[in-house]
Amino acid sequence: MCVIRRDLLLAFRRRSDVLTTLFFFIIVASLFPLGVGPEPQLLRTMAPGILWVAALLASMLALGRLFALDYADGTLEQMVLSSEPLTIIVIGKVIAHWIVSGLPLVLLAPVLAVQFDLPSSSVAVLFVSLLLGTPVLSLVGSIGAALTLGVRGGGVLVSLLVLPLYIPVLIFGAGSVGAEVSGVGAAAHLMLLGGALAGAAALAPWATAAGLRIAVE
Amino acid sequence: MSLQAHRLTCIRGDLQLFADLSFDVQPGDALWVSGTNGSGKTSLLRMLCGLAEPAEGEVHWQGRNIRSLREEFCSKLIYIGHANGVKDDLLAWENLVISTTLAGRPVSEDEAHDALQQLGLGRAADLPTRALSQGQRKRVALARLSLGLDMPLWILDEPFTALDRSAVSALCGTIGKHLAGGGMVIYTTHQEIDLSAKRALRLDMNAGRLC
Repeated sequence: MCVIRRDLLLAFRRRSDVLTTLFFFIIVASLFPLGVGPEPQLLRTMAPGILWVAALLASMLALGRLFALDYADGTLEQMVLSSEPLTIIVIGKVIAHWIVSGLPLVLLAPVLAVQFDLPSSSVAVLFVSLLLGTPVLSLVGSIGAALTLGVRGGGVLVSLLVLPLYIPVLIFGAGSVGAEVSGVGAAAHLMLLGGALAGAAALAPWATAAGLRIAVE
Repeated sequence: MSLQAHRLTCIRGDLQLFADLSFDVQPGDALWVSGTNGSGKTSLLRMLCGLAEPAEGEVHWQGRNIRSLREEFCSKLIYIGHANGVKDDLLAWENLVISTTLAGRPVSEDEAHDALQQLGLGRAADLPTRALSQGQRKRVALARLSLGLDMPLWILDEPFTALDRSAVSALCGTIGKHLAGGGMVIYTTHQEIDLSAKRALRLDMNAGRLC
C-alpha cells in the first residue's frame, strides 16, 4: 500500500489544494444560514440537504486531482506497467483521495450542523450517512476522472458523467437525516447507502483501471 | 528469454507509421531504434512494453503474447519514457524509492542515496525535484536502472537527451553492465552511442527494417 503513503505525502506537500476543498465546503454550508435567515424550523428542515449538497460538490471539486497530475508527468504509465495489478493501485489511490478529501468533510459536518440547530440524534445520523456516502462519491468519481483524462474541458465533462450517478447517494444520504428528524428511523436509508458502498467498492476499481488503460494508450 | 515482434503495424489516424515490422531481441542484445522525428519510434517502444496496442501484429515474451502475461511481463521490464514520472513535490531519493516500489522492487533510503551518488546527484538527493535542472531530473529517473540490473528488459526512450558528457558515459557503463549480465536494451537516440553489446542491432524506422 505504498500508493496510499505516496499520495498522502504528496497531498501533504500540496496542502493548499486540499484546504481549498475544505474551505469550499465550510463556506457553502455557512452561507446558507446567513442567506435564508434565522428561522430555526426552516434551517432544521433544510440542513441535511444543504450539508449533503455541499459535501457532494466539494468532493466533485477534488476529483480533478485524482489522476491528472500522475497522467501529466508520466507516473500513470509506470503504474500501468507496475508488477502490481492496476486495480489494486486504483483502490490505493481512491482510499488516499478519500482520506484527503472525503474524511475531513465527514468530520467537519457535525460541527457545521450546529449552525442549523440539528438535534444530536440527527447529527449522529448525518455523520454515519456521510461516512458511508463519501467513499461512494470517491469511487464512482474515480471512473469519471479516469474516463475524462487528457480530454479538453474534462472538468465539465466529469461533472456531467458523474452527477447522475451521485444523485441516488444524495437522495439516500440526505433522506436518512430527514427520516430521523421525522421519526421514521434512518436504518433503511443507511442500509441502502451501505449497499451502494459495497457495490461501488466491488465494481468501480475495475472500471477505473480499464479507463486508465485507455487513457495512457 | 527473448522478445519478439511479429509483423507490427502502427496506424495514427489515417497515417500508417510503420507496417510488418518483425525482429527478435535475445539476451545481451542492444537494439537501437533510429529514425527521423515522427517516424514512430516512441509508438513502437510503447507497443513493445504493452502501453499501446498494435493495429496488427503481436509482441511475444518468451513465446507468449505480452497481452496475456501482463503483470508477469511488467515485472521483467523497466520502461523510461519521455515523461519520466518524476514528482516535483518529492525529494529526489523519495522519487527513487517510490518508483522502484511501484515497479515491485522496493529499495531502501540508503540504496537510493547510493544510486543517486553514482549518477553524480550526491548533494541533490535531499532536494525537492522541483529545484533540479532538466538534466538532473532525467538522472533521477535513470537512477532506477542501476538498481534494476536484475530486470532483464530495459526499454528507454531518448535516455541520453539533456544529459552532460559524464552522465552519458556513466549511463553507457550501466547499460554495458546490464548487457554483459545477459540483459536486453531497446533504446532510441539521435546521438551516436557506443554500447559494448554482444550483438548491436539497429532498426531503421524510415526503411522499416533492421540494418
